Amino acid sequence: MIFIEQAKKIFQTKNGPVKAVDNINLSVQEGEIFGMIGYSGAGKSTLIRMLNGLETPTEGSVTVAGRTISTIKGSELRKARQEIGMIFQHFNLLWSRTIRENIAFPLEIAGVAKAERNKRVDELINLVGLDGRGDSYPAQLSGGQKQRVGIARALANNPKVLLCDEATSALDPQTTDSILELLVDINQRLGLTIVLITHEMHVIRKICHRVAVMEEGKIVELGPVLDVFRRPEQPITKRFVQQVTEPEESKETIQHLLAEHPDGKIVKLTFVGVSAEQPVVTELIRSFNVGVNILQGKISQTQNGAYGTLFVQVTGDQTEVAKAVAFLDAQQVDSEVITYD
Amino acid sequence: MTEQWFPNVDWEKMWEATYETLYMTSISVVITFILGMLLGLLLFLTSKGQLWENKAVYSVTAVIVNVFRSIPFIILIVLLIPFTKAILGTIIGENAALPALIIGAAPFYARMVEIALREIDKGVIEAARAMGASTWTIIRKVLIPESLPALVSGLTVTAIALVGYTAMAGVIGAGGLGNLAFLDGFQRSRNDVTIMATIVILVIVFIIQFIGDTAVRKLDKR
Repeated sequence: MIFIEQAKKIFQTKNGPVKAVDNINLSVQEGEIFGMIGYSGAGKSTLIRMLNGLETPTEGSVTVAGRTISTIKGSELRKARQEIGMIFQHFNLLWSRTIRENIAFPLEIAGVAKAERNKRVDELINLVGLDGRGDSYPAQLSGGQKQRVGIARALANNPKVLLCDEATSALDPQTTDSILELLVDINQRLGLTIVLITHEMHVIRKICHRVAVMEEGKIVELGPVLDVFRRPEQPITKRFVQQVTEPEESKETIQHLLAEHPDGKIVKLTFVGVSAEQPVVTELIRSFNVGVNILQGKISQTQNGAYGTLFVQVTGDQTEVAKAVAFLDAQQVDSEVITYD
Repeated sequence: MTEQWFPNVDWEKMWEATYETLYMTSISVVITFILGMLLGLLLFLTSKGQLWENKAVYSVTAVIVNVFRSIPFIILIVLLIPFTKAILGTIIGENAALPALIIGAAPFYARMVEIALREIDKGVIEAARAMGASTWTIIRKVLIPESLPALVSGLTVTAIALVGYTAMAGVIGAGGLGNLAFLDGFQRSRNDVTIMATIVILVIVFIIQFIGDTAVRKLDKR
């Protein structure tokens, strides 16, 4: 659905040229929810804007839904943009228009007749769950409701691709979750390809199938969300993964645990996908003569299964403990014996 | 009572002068609005980071706007005498005041239009572009509606300034309340005429302000 080849974007600034996007190759499949994560200034914003021609690459090509966005211009580009919806961090609704009129705006641009426009707006209002609010103005809505209007507007012309530019970054956690659920729902119901950028790993974890981690204009890590969660390679990826798997105080807690439980071994188990549902701990207690003490744990749901970590203390006879650890290693879980750093 | 307080006021003349002032003001407001919008849009669209970014066009337009905005109105009228004569064949009467009124006010309004357009959230323009809107659609359906309250309040200020300009133009022969106050009031030492003309001008200004404020309040849904 989307192909980015050798894309580069160089901005000329007062302090010399800045490479916002540096030689990126990427393809996104139809029906996929693809996430790009990075800190601000990583180039993700420029990259997503290349997908609908708001930015043109200095070098390389961008193809979306069979059209080479990076080279087309004028009416051809405007036509192509009608097939690519976009939602924004600050919603970017027109305050002068009611909700209905905001949602109708892209339809007016596409030249849809009035009767059909009204029909389509009704459908969309219903789709995003804003029934009864059609005649309100954006100023009368909450942030989450505004983003729902943004989504309805982006979907008006039945786009093939939806671009989400930090779509939940201005929302509180609860509202974020409801918007993310709506996006997943749309993805599944309409088979829509979604590309999103964010700086929150929570968003990636919750709805993305694949993720690209960006740093200084480059993609430093790319893969299915579960794989990246399980084996983050780059330091930046590890930091992002920690955002969701380990609470802030985790490191200190572990140091504390080590100090408090000097006997036995503390093992960090990482469960991914199917293994998260296996009774590994039960098995462990039944098969070996060891005590298992669960110290701390967290399981998160992702689009392709669960992901979690569990810290257990294994106590007992030295050899039994060693056997138990060996058993854990053999399972479909990643285990790691924690020692003092 | 009016006989006692305003013995020298010829009411028929006063009405006629009021009509002339309203005539000059309304025609010049309409044309100033159109010209100011065009110039203001040009200034905005050619400025840095906008749809038609063009440094040369922007600078030239900005210089023209600044020059005409800076010339004191009374001098502008004098400077424009040959121009007025060339296009209207006369320099006396209400119509003769119009070129100076418009050329004096349009650049002033253009700056206000530019400021109003700058207030629009850039993200909204970006969203319209992302939807595939053409520049013309963006002007018509985003720029103008989204800046309408500021455009209207700017027009209110401009219209009030124009009432003042008509009075100045009146002094050098354009007719209207300024002319009446100067010739009938000041030069013949009839203070009551000057005061009555002033009161009528104040009423006109208050009405314009009231209409403008009401319109802005109705339009603003933020």
